[in-house]
Amino acid sequence: MMSDCYAIRTEDLRRVFRAKRREAKKQKREVVALDGVSFSVGSGELFGVLGPNGAGKTTTIKILATLLSPTAGRAWVAGIDVAKDPKRVRRHIGMVSGGETSGYGLLTIEENLWMFSQFYGLDTRVARARIKELLEVVGLADRSRTKIYHLSTGMRQKMNFVRGFLTEPEILFLDEPTLGLDVQTAHTLRGFVSNWLAEHRDRTILLTTHAMHEADELCGRVAIIDKGRILACDAPATLKRELQRDAIFRLRIADLADARGVVGTSPDVTQFTQTASEAGVDVDAILTHDGALTQLLASVEAAGGRLLSLEKREPTLEDVFLHIVGHGFEDEIREGGSA
Amino acid sequence: MSAPSQWTVFWRTVVGRAYPRIIGAQREKSWVFFEIFLPLLQVTAYVYIYRAIQAPPEFIGFVVLGGAMSAYWLNVLWSMATQLYWEKETGNLELYIVAPTSRMAILLGMAMGGLFATTLRAVAVITIGTVLFHVSMSVSSVPALVGVFLTTLVALYGMGMLLSSLFLLFGREAWHLSNLLQEPVSLVSGFYFPVRALGQVVAAAASILPITLGLDAMRQLLFPAMLGKFRFLSPGVELAILVGLAILFLFLSHRALAFFEKLARRDGRLSVRGQ
Repeated sequence: MMSDCYAIRTEDLRRVFRAKRREAKKQKREVVALDGVSFSVGSGELFGVLGPNGAGKTTTIKILATLLSPTAGRAWVAGIDVAKDPKRVRRHIGMVSGGETSGYGLLTIEENLWMFSQFYGLDTRVARARIKELLEVVGLADRSRTKIYHLSTGMRQKMNFVRGFLTEPEILFLDEPTLGLDVQTAHTLRGFVSNWLAEHRDRTILLTTHAMHEADELCGRVAIIDKGRILACDAPATLKRELQRDAIFRLRIADLADARGVVGTSPDVTQFTQTASEAGVDVDAILTHDGALTQLLASVEAAGGRLLSLEKREPTLEDVFLHIVGHGFEDEIREGGSA
Repeated sequence: MSAPSQWTVFWRTVVGRAYPRIIGAQREKSWVFFEIFLPLLQVTAYVYIYRAIQAPPEFIGFVVLGGAMSAYWLNVLWSMATQLYWEKETGNLELYIVAPTSRMAILLGMAMGGLFATTLRAVAVITIGTVLFHVSMSVSSVPALVGVFLTTLVALYGMGMLLSSLFLLFGREAWHLSNLLQEPVSLVSGFYFPVRALGQVVAAAASILPITLGLDAMRQLLFPAMLGKFRFLSPGVELAILVGLAILFLFLSHRALAFFEKLARRDGRLSVRGQ
C-alpha cells in the first residue's frame, strides 16, 4: 500500500544480515536487525526512534535513507518507495549521523559545507548566505575559515548539523546526532533542531537516539525499539502516563555490591535496574504498589544493605522502556546485566 | 525557489568534488617532494642506464615522458580506483549516496580534480627532466599530440572510474588489486622503454591499458626520428583504439557503478567501515 499522506511510512520492514561464508563459522550465520517494523510519521513531525545499541535504529534510518535495501517489507519516504525508486527519494532527504568524520581535512569548514551543498545543486550565493547564517546559529561563525582537521569533536558535529540543514531537506534523518558530545554542545544542537523545526513547520525529522531525555525533550512521538521490533509508539507524555499507576523508587544502598538477590526476587518488584556507585549500588525499581516498599526495605536491611537515600520519582521514558522491555539501556550496553 | 535541474546538479557536483583536489591538495606542500622529486629520481636512474649503454638520445626523452605520464597512472590507481574505499572509511560515501546527484558526477569531479593536480606534477617532471637531461623534442603534429594526450587521459580516468566502482563491492579486498597492478603495469605499459621491446603479443595484451598506447603514440609524435624503429602501431591506429577504450571504459563504469551500488545496498556494504 502506498501512502502520500505520511512523510515516512514503513510496513513490516525486515532486514537480515548474513555473515560471509568464512565468517559464518565464527559468528552467527544470520543476524535479524529488523523484524517486522511498521510505523508512520506525519509531515511536520519530529519523530523519535528510541532504543539501546543494536536495537535496529540505524538500520531503520539506513533503509529510509536509501543506503540499505530491506530484506522484506516496504518503506516509503515522501510517498516514494525507497527500494523501487531510491533516486527520487534522495531529492527529498538529508542525513546527519553522530560521530561523523565526513569532509576533507585540508578544506575549511566553509569550503566543506559549500562542497556538500553543490551535490544538491545549490546556487553558490545561496549556499554561502545559508552557511554564514547557520554557522552563526551554532556558534561557529568565527571558525568558518578553520581547516576541519583542527576541529574538536563537538565543533565537527556542529558543522555536520549545518551540512544537514543547509539544503533545507523536506525530511531529515538524524542518527544519534549528539553521540559522544559534551552536555553543552548537545544542548546547543538540540535547541538548534527545535528552533529549525519551529521555523520550518512543513519539514519532518526522524531522530534515532538512545538518550531518553533527548527523545523526551524533542520528539512529539517516539517508537521504542528493541531487538528489531517496535514495542510501543506514542507521545512521550502518553507513554509515561500509563506508568503513573505504578510506584517508581530510586534507592541508594551502601554495603551491598549486588542487589539482584534482594530486589530482583521480590514478587512486588515488576522491573528494576541497578548501577554500581561509590557507596554501593543505585537501584531504580518499579513496584506494584507503594505498600510494597516497606517489605523491600526490610529485605535490603536483612541482606546487610544500608539505605542512604530514597526517592519516589515521576516516571521517565527510561522507566517506560524498562517496563516494556524488561531491562534498562545500561544493562543492554553491559551485555545482559542485572535485571 | 525552483529546484535545480539534474544537469545543473550534475555540473555543480563535478565542480564541488573537484575542488578538494584542485585547492585542498595544493595546501599540503609535501607533494612537491613526493610527487616531483621522487619520480625524478627514478627517471634519473633510467637516464644514467641509457647513457651508460650509449642508447640513442631519444631514449632519454622516452624516459622523461614515461616519468611524467606515470604520475597519471599512480593518480588513477591510488586516488581514483581506491578513492571510494577511503570515502567509505571517512563517512563521505554515505553522504554521496544520500545526495540527489549522480555518482558519475562525483567520480568525474574526482577525475577532473585529479587531472588538474596531476598535470601540475607531470608538467614539473617533464620540464625539469627536459632541462636537466637536455632532451630535444621535435613535435611532428601538435593537434595529433594534444588529441592523443587528452584521449589517453579520458580513457585512463574512465578506467579509474570503472575500478573505483569495484571498490564499492569489494572494499579493502580490492586494495590488493591496486597493489597488484602498480608495478606490472609500469612494466608492460613501457613507462621507461618502448613497449614494442616486450614483443607484439605482450604489447597487444597491454594495450587494454590506455597508458600503453598513449605513451607509444606520444613518443612517436615527440620523437619522430625513432618512429620506424620502435613503434608498436601507428599513432592514427593507436588514437582510434584509445577513442574506443575511452568510450568503453566510460560506458562500463556507468553500468558498473549502478550495478555495484545496487549490490552493495543489498549486502549492506555502503556504510560498513573496515571491510
